[in-house]
Amino acid sequence: MPFLVIRAYGTPSEASVTIMFYRVPLSACIGLVITALFLIAAIFAPWLAPYGLTEIVGGVWEPMSSQFLLGTDNLGRDLLSRMIYGARTTIFIAAMATALSFTLGSVLGLLAAVVGGWFDQLLSRFVDLLMSIPTLIFALVVLSVLPGNLITLILVMGILDATRVYRLARSVAVDINVMDFVEAAKLRGEGRWWIVFREILPNALSPLVAELGLRFIFQVLFLSALSFLGLGIQPPEADWGGMVKENKDGIIFGIPAALIPAAAISILAISVNLIADWILNRTTDLKGGRSGN
Amino acid sequence: MATEQTLLQVRDLQIGATVYPPDAKPHDIEIVKGVSFDLAKGRVLGLIGESGAGKSTIGLASLAYGRGGVRITGGEIFLRGQDILNINKKDIRSIRGSKVCYVAQSAAAAFNPAHRLMDQVIEAARENGTASKADLTGRAITLFESLGLPDPQHIGNRYPHQVSGGQLQRIMTAMALCSEPDLIVFDEPTTALDVTTQIDVLAAIRNAIKQTGVAALYISHDLAVVAQIADEMMVLRNGEVVEHGDTRQIIEAPVQEYTRALVNVRAIDHPQAADTHTSLLNVSNITASYPGSAETVLSDVSVQLQPGHTLAVVGESGSGKSTLARVITGLLAPSNGTVEFDGRQLSASLDGRSRDDLRQLQMIYQMADVAMNPRQTVKTIIGRPLSFYFGLRGKEKATRIHELLESIELGPEYADRYPAELSGGQKQRVCIARALAAKPKLIICDEVTSALDPLIADGILKLLLNLQQREQVAYLFVTHDIATVKAIADSIAVMYQGQVVRYGPKSRVLSPPFDDYTDLLLSSVPEMDVGWLDNAIAGRRMESAGH
Amino acid sequence: MPHLILLIAQRLALGFLLLLAVSALIFLGTEILPGDVAQSILGQSATPEALANLRRDLGLNEPALKRYFSWLWGLLHGDLGTALTNGADIASSIGSRLFNTMFLATVAAVISVPLALILGMLAVRYRNRWPDKLISGSTLAFISLPEFFIGYLLIYFVAVKLGWFPSVATVYESMSFTERLSAVALPATTLTLVVLAHMMRMTRAAILNVMQSAYIETAELKGLSALKIIFRHAFPNAIAPIVNVVMLNLAYLIVGVVVVEVIFVYPGMGQYLVDHVAKRDVPVVQACGLVFAAFYIFLNMAADIIAILSNPRLRHPK
Repeated sequence: MPFLVIRAYGTPSEASVTIMFYRVPLSACIGLVITALFLIAAIFAPWLAPYGLTEIVGGVWEPMSSQFLLGTDNLGRDLLSRMIYGARTTIFIAAMATALSFTLGSVLGLLAAVVGGWFDQLLSRFVDLLMSIPTLIFALVVLSVLPGNLITLILVMGILDATRVYRLARSVAVDINVMDFVEAAKLRGEGRWWIVFREILPNALSPLVAELGLRFIFQVLFLSALSFLGLGIQPPEADWGGMVKENKDGIIFGIPAALIPAAAISILAISVNLIADWILNRTTDLKGGRSGN
Repeated sequence: MATEQTLLQVRDLQIGATVYPPDAKPHDIEIVKGVSFDLAKGRVLGLIGESGAGKSTIGLASLAYGRGGVRITGGEIFLRGQDILNINKKDIRSIRGSKVCYVAQSAAAAFNPAHRLMDQVIEAARENGTASKADLTGRAITLFESLGLPDPQHIGNRYPHQVSGGQLQRIMTAMALCSEPDLIVFDEPTTALDVTTQIDVLAAIRNAIKQTGVAALYISHDLAVVAQIADEMMVLRNGEVVEHGDTRQIIEAPVQEYTRALVNVRAIDHPQAADTHTSLLNVSNITASYPGSAETVLSDVSVQLQPGHTLAVVGESGSGKSTLARVITGLLAPSNGTVEFDGRQLSASLDGRSRDDLRQLQMIYQMADVAMNPRQTVKTIIGRPLSFYFGLRGKEKATRIHELLESIELGPEYADRYPAELSGGQKQRVCIARALAAKPKLIICDEVTSALDPLIADGILKLLLNLQQREQVAYLFVTHDIATVKAIADSIAVMYQGQVVRYGPKSRVLSPPFDDYTDLLLSSVPEMDVGWLDNAIAGRRMESAGH
Repeated sequence: MPHLILLIAQRLALGFLLLLAVSALIFLGTEILPGDVAQSILGQSATPEALANLRRDLGLNEPALKRYFSWLWGLLHGDLGTALTNGADIASSIGSRLFNTMFLATVAAVISVPLALILGMLAVRYRNRWPDKLISGSTLAFISLPEFFIGYLLIYFVAVKLGWFPSVATVYESMSFTERLSAVALPATTLTLVVLAHMMRMTRAAILNVMQSAYIETAELKGLSALKIIFRHAFPNAIAPIVNVVMLNLAYLIVGVVVVEVIFVYPGMGQYLVDHVAKRDVPVVQACGLVFAAFYIFLNMAADIIAILSNPRLRHPK
């Protein structure tokens, strides 16, 4: 955790905290803290969880009690323990898929912008084609034939989402690529490596980093939807979307167990969104603005 | 003193805004700091100043309007004795568009793309007046005619994108006049136009003002332009009045030092260098067009440049002058012709040029803002050519960076700043230092002063001339501004529609007999002389009568 | 005018070309990828002979290109093939389900589109004041909520605790229109909440963009009233971006429908698709995927065409 200095500015709506050198608004702080908590749960799951992942410890759908803080699930397993392990699975797979989509999308996007020509045309038209099918539908079509395992899942999630990162990275890089400072570097005789990594990337980083957060949220929601539909993580492994599916039949009997993992997904997504929103707002414009008049 | 004849009274006007810089607390700034003036009926007051002077803000305030987050924080404005800052919204609306009208700098953006011009021209008058649509249409057509628009009967049926920029600016003037207002605020109405278009629009606006007897606030950064239209002038700086007086007095006998500087801008005296009979750059028979376009942008262009001399390539937008610069730098391969540099023929494309070719031919851009990577410090920006071309590092490099900063008249403390922390003039200086760092034989300057305020631009030109003396570097100066050309050139190429229409040493190009286009161009440049527009127009009439 | 017709014809042709390419992608996507349809139907314990027989019966021994064209030929004649699992005709199974899905999506669109536009305009009208902040803030939260969280919350509170609406959206053919409406009330509400935030945020951005144009300032300096500025000057220029927002979100609604139908056990296309993905019934999945993609492409194409039609530069060329 970075060093925190609490400092009050003006009215409560302007309340903010200074982390290192940056002023961080309250909303982003909340996002950072909650995301950190989820990460800790994910990393230290075996030490934090009171019971085992698949251990049947009580009756079916027992209510919340001091023994089972969040109650038990449809098979009598401790819900809190499964939630903690579920954080691990959900965050791990979503992070892997984000890493894949991000690396693939941004590298190809930047290259397409800088190289241009047929390379750009070919990639861009292919991405157009992929994006003309809704992501979830395409995933369902592909998963109907692919073997159901973790690697397949991450690959499908990552590659399908890479199209969005590609489009963003390409459009940001195209905008930067036509700026005079890039032309100046080309006139100086700089190689492609310098132009991509020293001229374009530092300026494309802010929008891309903010997008990283949004892509992660999308992957969490996407994985949860797939698992909820029974096509993601297979039981007895736990991820939050799958846990909603396991416990959904309790809802009509007034047993809210399914709402807990669903709420966890929402809270994680909102927290990351708050952070991404802050980073996006901090993105200073390229022209380096003269303020006033 | 308020009399019967006083139309607009401004008393101790104060205008402020809140700015929201990234990573800092929002704070209030003052844009206008207590400005007062009176304007009589039918008079034209010119508001003069550089960017940040607050002149547009004052103009809009006379419509009780603040752009963006701008608000009027103090003072009073009376229009025909009515306090317009303390009236309700409905009354403000009845003033705007009927008693006071506004003509914007960019008419192209100020017209709604979705409606026909005529509907927009008569809209305000219909809203606030009693005249019928037919009457107003008739009035508009008359105005179109008197403003010299082609096909005045039907031009109103067109959409904004279907007419040219100069025509739109006149139609916007017609739109303001159509309501028969007491006052029109002209906000830099000719700044975005080419100089040969500007003179016609300027004459049309002046005639319209004279004919209708409307009062006007004429806002501009260009003293010579305002001198043609205004009865009196007010010079502003940083939201304060520097000097206010009769136009003739301001132009011919300015009292304040700042006004004197504005009047004497571009009075740089640069004697034409002697012919050395050698050639550094030899551009022969260049024909070029952009990839994927059939249109020829340059046809058969040939120019030469001697070592240590300055060649000014002058022309209006679309003349091909910037394209010529791109061909010389290798950014655009010509379809025909060659570029010879320092005795060898340069490869047509950038990839084929050696590192030494690239080093000896540097470029400075119009927008210094975007010509520097915003994520690099001045040190990195100037230092990169040093390590890239000469392999300098460490202490040696640091010493050279400081030398370069000194040569552009900036202190060593600027080395660690980012471009966003520099003023417009300082940014352009850093770009000059970056070009100098390569020790080039030729620097291509593409409109390097046109985004700057006149006094700052003067400073940059003087710096460039000094550096030329010291480093013996040649300049190829691309510009639309004749005053700049006169100030720095040794030889001149006048370009028009992709061709060089006149070329030679400065003394010969700028003396008669002229070809038609150069004549038009030179006679269109406003001069710091109250009677210039009359003479120029009269000269043209005689000419057309003679032909 | 002929210029405009040409542009639209171009866009239509592009749409059909895209659809053709998508059909190929869907078909080949299920063919080329590793994984054996026969194996997945019969399971790991199947004998080699049984597998070979099934492959022959399914026509899997033919070259992929030939099978693609016969599939495409069938599609053009309304023949979507038969399901592997029960041998039922896919076209007739899809028929009533497509109607159900369309009904649900239409109800959601009828509620969400006007609501989102009104809220978006309110946010612009009260920009940087509390209605705007509330709307923007809730947007951030709502776009983070998965469909099933909203859906099960509604079921838990509105259906189970309050008992206002049924928790399972059962529909059958003899139902009256109002009965049908009541049955889809909760799924339609869920869908609405899912797309509302997005649509609102994008509407706000689109209108703000227009309101910051110089011609709006001109209108203001002409002394026009706020209403006239909005209707005469902002609206004609905001049509294209707003239509774009609406179409994008309707396309998004199509995806949302899949999950929502599963939550509410609603007999529509989404439920049908998900069931058959689990059973690895490839012909059904291909057909459903193509239907969804066709809607998606159609909506995007419609947005483009409306944008072309509302652009004065294209309507009145120089």
